[in-house]
Amino acid sequence: MNQQKPGEMLATRRGLSDTAIKRLFVLPTIILLLCINIFPLIWSLGLSFADYSAVRPRVPGVNPNWIGGGNYKEVLMDSHIWEYFTITAKYAMMAVAGEFLVGFGIALLLNRDFKAKGLITTLILIPMMMSMAIVGLFWKLLYNPGWGIINYMLGLKDFQWLANPRVALVAVAITDIWMWAPFTMLLALAGLSAIPQYLYEAAEIDRASWWFKFRRITLPLVTPLLLIALIFRTMEAFKMFDIAFVMTGGGPGTTTELIAINLYRLAFAQWNTGRASAFAYIILIMIIAISNIYIKYLNKAKEM
Amino acid sequence: MKARKLYFFLAVALVVVFAASVTVFATKDKAGGGELEGELTIFWAEWDPANYLQELCNIFTEETGIVANVETTPWSDFQTKTFNEFAARGDAYDLVVGDSQWLGRGATQGHYVELTDWIKEHGVDKSMAPATIVAYAEYPKGSGTYWAVPVEGDACGWSYRKDKFEDPKEMAAFKAKYGYNLEVPETWDQLLDIAEFFYRPDDHFYGAAIYTQKDYDALTMGVENVLWAWGADLGDYDTYKVDGIINTPEGVASIQFYKDLYQFTPPDWGNAFFPENNMAITEGLAAMSMNYYAFFPALNNPEMSKFADVTGYFAMPKGPADQVAALGGQGASIITYSKKHDLAYAWLEWFVKSENQATWGALGGYTCDLKTLKSEEFLNMTPYNRSFMETMQMVKDFWAVPEYAELLEACQRLWHEAIVAGTITPQEAMDGIAEEWEAIFEKFGYYD
Repeated sequence: MNQQKPGEMLATRRGLSDTAIKRLFVLPTIILLLCINIFPLIWSLGLSFADYSAVRPRVPGVNPNWIGGGNYKEVLMDSHIWEYFTITAKYAMMAVAGEFLVGFGIALLLNRDFKAKGLITTLILIPMMMSMAIVGLFWKLLYNPGWGIINYMLGLKDFQWLANPRVALVAVAITDIWMWAPFTMLLALAGLSAIPQYLYEAAEIDRASWWFKFRRITLPLVTPLLLIALIFRTMEAFKMFDIAFVMTGGGPGTTTELIAINLYRLAFAQWNTGRASAFAYIILIMIIAISNIYIKYLNKAKEM
Repeated sequence: MKARKLYFFLAVALVVVFAASVTVFATKDKAGGGELEGELTIFWAEWDPANYLQELCNIFTEETGIVANVETTPWSDFQTKTFNEFAARGDAYDLVVGDSQWLGRGATQGHYVELTDWIKEHGVDKSMAPATIVAYAEYPKGSGTYWAVPVEGDACGWSYRKDKFEDPKEMAAFKAKYGYNLEVPETWDQLLDIAEFFYRPDDHFYGAAIYTQKDYDALTMGVENVLWAWGADLGDYDTYKVDGIINTPEGVASIQFYKDLYQFTPPDWGNAFFPENNMAITEGLAAMSMNYYAFFPALNNPEMSKFADVTGYFAMPKGPADQVAALGGQGASIITYSKKHDLAYAWLEWFVKSENQATWGALGGYTCDLKTLKSEEFLNMTPYNRSFMETMQMVKDFWAVPEYAELLEACQRLWHEAIVAGTITPQEAMDGIAEEWEAIFEKFGYYD
């Protein structure tokens, strides 16, 4: 015999169970998600197998013209696109590594009691609350050799940052680090403050060194949260568009042409909708694969 | 069972309410459209000429009772927003004042209404400057088929610091170094000498500001001026052959020249288009600055430029083979998906009238109307109108084929690599463009 809770029985008597009410509340969200997320995803998957341009008139057999895996083959065989993938990978490595070093470093510094700790923490978080396009714009000004403060402070005179193919990508990555290191800091700080103090006290009694405590207590216990930050930041770095586009437009030459910028050109300047969809799916698969690797490590770290 | 039924009915009710509200909104919108009958939306980029056009539209409204609004978006977003609307077959805009290279796409993909008969009937092909009719209205070129009415004639020109050029000390120093007088350059070689002469990084003053931006068409618009002046071309506009035309020794030399000129630009000038080039003059950064004439009003306005009184203007210099300026400007096209074609035609009819073209010119718009263009009143209206008139006699344009964006992507990338990044040679850039452009033409069946 079914055992119902008193409230549920009351609701059933009125004609609607708790489960039904829950489903009803969830239904609008599900419908919305289906319409604006799942449907376009499936639709674009279909388009990725067609030679199709959204701005051309729809003529069956011509636009869209179903070409099977032709778009995927074209994208994967395009040497330029592999160059952009390499640039993006370099960028992601620089930006994410920088964010980790800076973010985790600041979190370690902030993980103690001192005056105005709350205020300082809030101030450090400001960059990540700003619009990426605005951040790109003012860092472009900061890097300007004529009136930018960076060259003035470093005594670099006319050193060119954004028009220099050797350092443009680094300059964009520094901006990304400035903006998103606080995010890593926030997660790391949450992890650090959750570590029980008695572990450190026990280590103190054993006269453990600072390095030993860091390696054996701090790092293992904060790793799960750091890995979450790593997943988010890697995904974001692979999708980076705004900052790089505003600061360099993908130049000089192709040195900061990230895959997201190239995808934008393909989809919205050239209106090569089919090929752009295939390209987007390749990027999606790559991001999912990288995220899965991290998630595996995350699960392992949790088990420890 | 009862609960299931109720649940089912509630779900159905939710869907019905949702559908009903969508219908109500749609009906309301339609009713709104009915109430706003006589309202026209013209879409253009956000810049001064769009403000002048709105002023002209206000006069149109006073005379006809039809409200005409000029809706704008930043230049960086203009193309994307326009074609997004076309892709959606949307009727948010009735007319678009679109770039000349959009003609092929607008015409062949059905976004623009054909205006051939209308243009001939209203004599627009006779009243407007012939070069502007071809550039802003005709597709395919030479076919006599028209898709737009020229609105804003424009081309690349130069502004310069008269006070520096007329400073006796500077003049003497220049003559001593180069052996001829410091004057407005007549040739590109003279312009390079002047740029080199004024390049003084220690004083934060530089020789010349040129277009270098990789996005959209900026660098191409700058490069075209030298490419044509050196006697090379973008290709054969009839056969679509590119190899052997763009990558001739002259073509390669023109890119090398642009690269040489880039050395004398202000620092970090590898991502510059019209705002940066105007700023080079308003902020006293450079002795000369390349820009479209449509952006010169800001340089002539003392409220916007402290150097307004000492800024002069000149047309593109001569090259070893020719004197050519890259065409800018736009024409107004009726959008196929607009539901107000009658109003759009009414606006065009009013706009092309000679007296309204004169008003357009007086407001600051670069009219293409021959009568207005040649009038002394127009020529003396600003310090740059005469130079503009000269320039409009020597303009050339980029490909207007529907695949112009693919072509632009290749040349912008390769020229940027050669000129700004220096990662490839001008020869490699030109050979690369020839190869990639021919592959694009091949793919889209131009050689069939």
